[in-house]
Amino acid sequence: MNQPPVSSSAAPENSSGGALFLAWAFVGIPLLWGVSQTFIKALTLFQ
Amino acid sequence: MAEASLLDRSRTVAGPGYNRWLVPPAALAIHLAIGQAYAFSVFKKPLGALLSGNPEAPAPADWTPAQLGVIFSIAIVLLGLSAAIFGKWLERVGPRKAMMASALCFGGGFFIAALGVHLHNLWIVYFGYGFVGGIGLGIGYISPVSTLIKWFPDRRGVATGMAIMGFGGGAMIASPMSVALMDYFKASGTGTLGVAATFLTLGVIYLLFMQFGVWTIRVPADDWVPAGYVPSTQSNALITTGNVSADNALKTPQFWLLWVVLLTNVTAGIGVLETASPLIQDTFSDKYLGAGRGVTAAAAAGFVGLLSLFNLLGRFFWSSASDKLGRKTTYAIYFGLGIVLYALIPTLGSGLQLTLYVVVACVIISMYGGGFATIPAYLSDLFGKYQVGAIHGRLLTAWSTAGVLGPLIVNFLHESRKAAGFTGAAAYETVFYTMAGLLVVGLLANFAVTAVNARYNEKGPVQAEPGGH
Repeated sequence: MNQPPVSSSAAPENSSGGALFLAWAFVGIPLLWGVSQTFIKALTLFQ
Repeated sequence: MAEASLLDRSRTVAGPGYNRWLVPPAALAIHLAIGQAYAFSVFKKPLGALLSGNPEAPAPADWTPAQLGVIFSIAIVLLGLSAAIFGKWLERVGPRKAMMASALCFGGGFFIAALGVHLHNLWIVYFGYGFVGGIGLGIGYISPVSTLIKWFPDRRGVATGMAIMGFGGGAMIASPMSVALMDYFKASGTGTLGVAATFLTLGVIYLLFMQFGVWTIRVPADDWVPAGYVPSTQSNALITTGNVSADNALKTPQFWLLWVVLLTNVTAGIGVLETASPLIQDTFSDKYLGAGRGVTAAAAAGFVGLLSLFNLLGRFFWSSASDKLGRKTTYAIYFGLGIVLYALIPTLGSGLQLTLYVVVACVIISMYGGGFATIPAYLSDLFGKYQVGAIHGRLLTAWSTAGVLGPLIVNFLHESRKAAGFTGAAAYETVFYTMAGLLVVGLLANFAVTAVNARYNEKGPVQAEPGGH
């Protein structure tokens, strides 16, 4: 399969800590909410 | 077209200084969304009572559970097929365009299914959620995997484990969210017990949520390597330095051995997941534990929730561990330990060892999830990074097969035992012994995996998708 080469000379970029935090929060908050809901449901097994 | 160019692979190449830890959230945004598929069962009851309006008393013309079960089956079959068919396309166009296609199909599938629910036409629902949505599942599932492997050559298992963990977590978000939405729309008097409006809303939510992945995914440049990364100089025959194309991979025995490995691991896991709720209620009922001491329906739901948690945790834990243990050893643990634990379940059930029973089931399910998450890194080790996304896509047909085969085997064996007069734990004995037998097949297949013959390697340097190698 012929694929176009990807540039290795893209402009430098600095990923800030804030961007990293926001990106992880965007997916982490819903995931933690879902996990907590499941955990609460799972607790009924031990009651 | 300006927008089309924004989706091009060439527009997603990260420049120097880009933090690779921004890539896993992009992958998670896709997998958390499409993981909704595992929560589809929350719609079964309301979908089966659209005409009567009462889930406890369906009308004769209402859709039956068997008819509704077909929706999920179509989606899982299309997941495998589309992953296999579109894998090479993904390699060519890059992850951003593939993620966009996945978002449009997955969100669009909900819109079409909402129309089907509104018109009470099951074929439209099959087409919408099952067919179109299933294509979105398949493309979405494989879209970030090869990109992650290229960003994390030093931690392939950790990286793919994180993304595929999202698929397990997606159901945990979707299930309570869907129930809350249905309750809200039902109370608002939108009709169809709130299902059509919920489908529309979920379509919008997922379409938007997945855009985060679409627009933040980046690929490394061809010559990029992690800072300080030095490829291991230790000789490991099972980690290739060559590259095998997706077409050539199909010609190798290793691909088909891993197909059997995935098929057996998934089929066995489905054996537990499929029967989890009735299994624990039948095994630990009042009849055996005494009046009022048996496992209730609510507690059984808690058991299912606990299994979901271990399915999620196993994806990350085992896949990460495989970076240290090696893929072959990790799968040997899944199968070796799995055989012992599956064979132990009936004994624990008949001995009424509830706590041990739950612990064993959780470990089994953690290895089921781990099997999904470890396979991309195993493929990358054996076939190189060149077209690992397409190879992974083709291997997922094993999942589709298991998705159909697993429930069929489990239901047949369980019903046969019941018809023969067995109750409680005894009614499930053959299910678990058969699954243990399946794992023996998987163990042998994994044991037979050796390095891929160099004659299958691409000759000369290859342009690895979408980053370097």
